[in-house]
Amino acid sequence: MNRRNRELLASPYFIWSVGFTVIPLIVILRYAFTNAGGAFTVENILAIGDSINRKAFLFSLEIALICTLLCILLAYPLVMVVRRLHISRRAFMLFFLILPMWMNFILRLLAWQMILSSNGILNFALQALGLKPLDIANTWTAIIIGVVYDYFPFMMLPIFNAIADIPEDVIEAAKDLGAGPLTVFTRIIFPLSIPGLKSGITIVFVPSMTSFVVADILGGGKLQLIGNIIEQEFTRSSNWNLGSGLSVALMVFVFISMAFTIKDDVVKEDLELVCVEGTEKPGRRKAA
Amino acid sequence: MKEHLINFICRFYFVLIMIFLYIPIAVMMVLSVNDSRSRVVWGGFTLRWYGQLLTNRQIREALITTIGLAFLSSAIALLIGTAAAFGMHYMNKRRYAVMMGLTNIPMLNADIVTGIALMLWFIRFLPLGFTSVLIAHITFNIPYIILAVLPKIEQMNMSVYEASRDLGATAAYGFFTTILPQLSGGILSGFFMAVTMSMDDFMITYFTKGAGVNTLSTMIYGEIRKGIKPEMYALSTVIFTAVLILLLIVNYAPSARERAQHRELAEREL
Repeated sequence: MNRRNRELLASPYFIWSVGFTVIPLIVILRYAFTNAGGAFTVENILAIGDSINRKAFLFSLEIALICTLLCILLAYPLVMVVRRLHISRRAFMLFFLILPMWMNFILRLLAWQMILSSNGILNFALQALGLKPLDIANTWTAIIIGVVYDYFPFMMLPIFNAIADIPEDVIEAAKDLGAGPLTVFTRIIFPLSIPGLKSGITIVFVPSMTSFVVADILGGGKLQLIGNIIEQEFTRSSNWNLGSGLSVALMVFVFISMAFTIKDDVVKEDLELVCVEGTEKPGRRKAA
Repeated sequence: MKEHLINFICRFYFVLIMIFLYIPIAVMMVLSVNDSRSRVVWGGFTLRWYGQLLTNRQIREALITTIGLAFLSSAIALLIGTAAAFGMHYMNKRRYAVMMGLTNIPMLNADIVTGIALMLWFIRFLPLGFTSVLIAHITFNIPYIILAVLPKIEQMNMSVYEASRDLGATAAYGFFTTILPQLSGGILSGFFMAVTMSMDDFMITYFTKGAGVNTLSTMIYGEIRKGIKPEMYALSTVIFTAVLILLLIVNYAPSARERAQHRELAEREL
């Protein structure tokens, strides 16, 4: 079989991709740029600037930024802790860190709702300890907790994957040459973790901006993400053109911000760690 | 002394994260044996929700849909994706970049946009139902397969295959005996990832499913306002435990192969 024929193996995927990725995007663009009568308009896109939509969009952005940052801050110490473990125990520990993802995600959120509610488990525990109960149900804090809980593993895994391969010798050498733990982190571990950090950010940032279910359950319906607004345009208001316009605006924002984050062409490959193969790291494609 | 302190802090942090991750799971498990339909009242211990799981037709249908969808979409994605990864391996840089761009679109795009775009397209030629959800799941599963298999193809040793052909193996026989075994790790983990993503998906299913079909996620979402049936907690506990056991088996089963690999590594170091 020659090279040309071998390339053809990708043709079913190419056809599938055009049929179910490219064409749907063209369809949504068509809805976005027309009004109910079918005439061309840019109003649906510009509607992202309307006060309610803009508020939801900025709120989503705020949630996503804080969530991504918190995930990063929580992930690094954990990754360092797991790295200290013997290799044979690492896979086992990672496995327990990932396992909660197999509980249905809406049920996990409902569990958080119960934990955080005013007469929930958290306040019960706080009162038992003689502390003042907190009022975080249906607030911004509750949404942040829910989003961080959902996406934290997706930040931790790629970062861990990136630094798991750093040979111990390199770190020993740095220590021998007089580097303290902080220098080892800032000069060796952090720079080498950046590819993983980038994948983590791409995986966590976008969904945390749009997951309307989190805001529905933990925000008590009062706080709205841009995802909630878009969903309502399709389910309640039935203004598909406006919903499509807001979706396209969101999509453009996502692709522009991601273009700054990743220049690498392979995204999410680091997620492979979720799988059975354990700590084995997939090779990156050689620059072709 | 300092070493002890560091060890203590590490352990403390690890335990804190574990508590954070497992508290909701524990809550769910407690609810599954709570003899009260309310989520805030403890009505005593019961196993009746587990018993009713077997008889609740709605839940059984949603479970079958969810599992069927996950495995069917992942299997089809596996065939298309593995073939695509081979094809992409032989492409020139420009074509490869185009294919990678197509692969990244569903990965980067917000699920809500992917779901809505597919829905707007489907309603033109396909009644929303199991088929439309299946196509949607295949679409978002293929990239996971490609990204898991492609690196393995890059690392693959083609000369074994060529040797097998020189020794008279047919192309198919050579493929199944020399190439496929080298890729099995990537294929398996890609498949596993795809099944997981499909089982956990809510957003894309929600927009492409139509009225008659429900997966567990969309069914639970529909119940939020009415109140979740306690059977759901029981079912989730069962699924969670099943996955736990399955993963423990899978994680410890290949130890024979790993031991062989370790031995090989040790020999190489000598």
